[in-house]
Amino acid sequence: MIFDYETLKLLWWLIIGILLIGFAVTDGMDMGVAMLLRLVGKTDSERRTVINTIGAHWDGNQVWFITAGGALFAAWPMVYAAAFSGFYFAMLLVLFALFFRPLAFDYRSKIDTYRWRNNWDWALLAGSAIPALVFGVAFGNLFLGVPFNIDNLLRASYQGSFFGLLNPFGILAGLVSITMLMGHAGMWLQLRTDSDVAKRSGQYGRYALLVFIALFAIAGFWVANMDGYQIVSMPDTQSYANPIGKVVTSAPGAWLDNYSAMPLTLIFPALGIGMAAVAWFFSKVGKPALGLVSSSLMLVGVIMTAGASLFPFVMPSSNNPNVSLTMWDAVSSHMTLNVMFVAAAIFVPLILAYTTWCYVKMWRRVTVHEIENNTHGSY
Amino acid sequence: MIDETFVDLSRLQFAITALYHFLFVPLTLGMTWILVIMESVYVMTGREIYRDMTKFWGKLFGINFAIGVATGLTMEFEFGTNWSYYSHYVGDVFGAPLAIEGLMAFFLESTFVGMFFLGWDRLTRRQHLGVTFLMAVGTNLSALWILIANGWMQNPVGAEFNYQTMRMEMTSFAELVFNPVAQVKFIHTVSAGYVAASMFVLGISSYYILKGRDISFAKRSFSVASGFGLASILCVILLGDESGYEVGEVQKVKLATIEAEWHTEEAPAAFTMFGFPDSEEQVTRAAIKIPYALGIIATRSLDEEVEGISDLEKNHEKRIRNGMLAYEYLDKLRNGQDTPENIATFDGLKADLGYGLLLKRYTPNVVDATEADIQQAVKDSFPLVGPMFWSFRIMVACGVAMLIVFALAFYYNAHRVIEQKRWLLWAAVFSIPLPWIAIEFGWVVAEYGRQPWAISEILPTFLATSSLTTNDLIMSIAGFVIFYTGLAIVEGWLMLRFVRQGPSSLHTNKYHFEKINQQPAEEQGAQS
Repeated sequence: MIFDYETLKLLWWLIIGILLIGFAVTDGMDMGVAMLLRLVGKTDSERRTVINTIGAHWDGNQVWFITAGGALFAAWPMVYAAAFSGFYFAMLLVLFALFFRPLAFDYRSKIDTYRWRNNWDWALLAGSAIPALVFGVAFGNLFLGVPFNIDNLLRASYQGSFFGLLNPFGILAGLVSITMLMGHAGMWLQLRTDSDVAKRSGQYGRYALLVFIALFAIAGFWVANMDGYQIVSMPDTQSYANPIGKVVTSAPGAWLDNYSAMPLTLIFPALGIGMAAVAWFFSKVGKPALGLVSSSLMLVGVIMTAGASLFPFVMPSSNNPNVSLTMWDAVSSHMTLNVMFVAAAIFVPLILAYTTWCYVKMWRRVTVHEIENNTHGSY
Repeated sequence: MIDETFVDLSRLQFAITALYHFLFVPLTLGMTWILVIMESVYVMTGREIYRDMTKFWGKLFGINFAIGVATGLTMEFEFGTNWSYYSHYVGDVFGAPLAIEGLMAFFLESTFVGMFFLGWDRLTRRQHLGVTFLMAVGTNLSALWILIANGWMQNPVGAEFNYQTMRMEMTSFAELVFNPVAQVKFIHTVSAGYVAASMFVLGISSYYILKGRDISFAKRSFSVASGFGLASILCVILLGDESGYEVGEVQKVKLATIEAEWHTEEAPAAFTMFGFPDSEEQVTRAAIKIPYALGIIATRSLDEEVEGISDLEKNHEKRIRNGMLAYEYLDKLRNGQDTPENIATFDGLKADLGYGLLLKRYTPNVVDATEADIQQAVKDSFPLVGPMFWSFRIMVACGVAMLIVFALAFYYNAHRVIEQKRWLLWAAVFSIPLPWIAIEFGWVVAEYGRQPWAISEILPTFLATSSLTTNDLIMSIAGFVIFYTGLAIVEGWLMLRFVRQGPSSLHTNKYHFEKINQQPAEEQGAQS
């Protein structure tokens, strides 16, 4: 083993975070692009321009999501088991929505009629907005605690309902997710398209960023005043993983504890809001490349804010706080974490390398003119 | 108590979504290599017709690939949504190959598939071929890791039960990866995919030849498919035999039910080619047997016995009784009596813990099981013989039929007389469904044959479910049926449309339909 168990647990918390950030920055961006599609593309050529900026990449980008799911299964099996079965209908909704995306990307251009393409545009919108919303809602509900229990044989059971997830804070978090991805996608499209499409993309992207800043700030105040969870006592972090051996209480404002204990973590919410403002500025002055870098850092800030506030919790239980899942005790064995760490350390840099190669090869502004002259070689 | 309807619905949903997903996987597995072959010829010879072949078959591949990706998502979600106790109980072992599949294979495949479709103008010829090649490697590595995961369900090596965490934990990653069952399954499955893709290309090319359009395009495609197909079907059959040997070693129940071998025969056992198994009487009526064959396939010897169902039952009964003891000690350990003696006793018994858990179907507390419960559990420790017996034979029959088609196609193609053999061309067209039939029944044998276990001899299927309700399941199954039917209609319609258009859909102004419109006189052959 390269690292002791406790260190590996921490590293895996970080790796899951990195995978989620990868997901938001790449696939989240594609979702944002699809949400902006109907707003910034008025004609079919314009819409094809928008789609072709991500045409060669959406499938690879989506794998960040798939791999995050796989990593959750391997590194935090209890979280995977409890969250996916607990949020049953929410997950199915996401799944059915996600079906639309590969088909829409691949099939849309195959038939040249207005109805066919318009329907696929709606499908693309649904396939992107619904997952973006539901993921936000799910994250929001983690802050509130999820009504589940775990019995002595470690079987998780969920006692809430699907509509229970759609509480005000959950919906607010869902909107945060939608606006941040639209803002991020606005920067991308402003950079990769030309003329009217680029102008509109910048405009809508900036609107989205402003709304995001407001919603994220509201969410911050809300979190500061809601009941958070605290660990009173728990087994040694080096010991075997068992989520039912600790004592947990809830207290108002407890989600801010980590920030007072480690003030350095305040950098994450600051990055979330600050970088959104910086992205807005760069977009406004016509520097979308810097805007895109800023909005990517904004996503890092938002996801790390959620992680740092909840830490070490991953999925607190509102029904029986003592069985809350944390990154110390809902994890895989020492050996599995070790094997998976080696795999991630080898493959994540490789993935980044060849993904970069693909982006470099495809890097060129996609213009409406070019799209109109190439009806068969592109989406 | 266990709600049987709920368990059956959970299984039904998984079966529907998995079998549906696997309608699209084989074509992806095989087509990527066919594209590599075609494009390699293009890069080596520079003849444009091979680029057109790559692009056209690539289009059909893309239509299929999109649904493969979409329905594959279901599979990743479903362990968590519908088999959450499974996910907890074996996630430590089973999750690893799935996550590595994402990192090592799926990223590769998906990143380069976009470049394959849209990178033609942005990459040099060699670079594009490289992209196609990496896409094929990624696709096939994907299958490798998925089958390592699946192989572990069949033969759970390299892992041990931990009473403190109440789950299976990995003890050796190497054993997990080099699980002999997984290795054999991998080759059997991917080569079945190559067969499916070859039959697809062979059948459609035959249709073009029969219709007399785009002949040289079709004949070149036919050549690639017949060669690749023949090699692949031989590999499938050979590896099918090798899996027979592996199954004989580690999955005796599966073998006995496939063969309807009710009682242990004297070695070497005969292979029942055909017959009507009767579970009530435990006999196979009107059986046609090949002497020695089963013994040789399953044991690679003439003097080892192949155990029959009645002997396996005795063995299961013993293990169930041991499992009750194991459960009793597990209970002690989890309730504070974890003395070294109790731990040692439990360790000696825990290999049979899974058999004890089988009793949970009849009584909440395993140690309270009555004699009748135990007898029932023994009976229920086998899949039904009928479905196993027939599924296996349908698979094999399709395989043999395909072997004949590919062999003849290869032979006549090599003698350059394929155009005159119209009966064979029609046979190839009508053989297109065969690989899919064989593959789906093959999965039925593999997975239904694993019942009543989710993880062989470790975790019973009925315990592996999520804590959901029957109503939840009815709603989600209805959702899947509606969505999947819709997907199938759109996909089938689009696929047929492009197959009918043929290479004319590339809009290069070289092929049949575009030529008809321009110069009706010169109908045939768009050539390099």
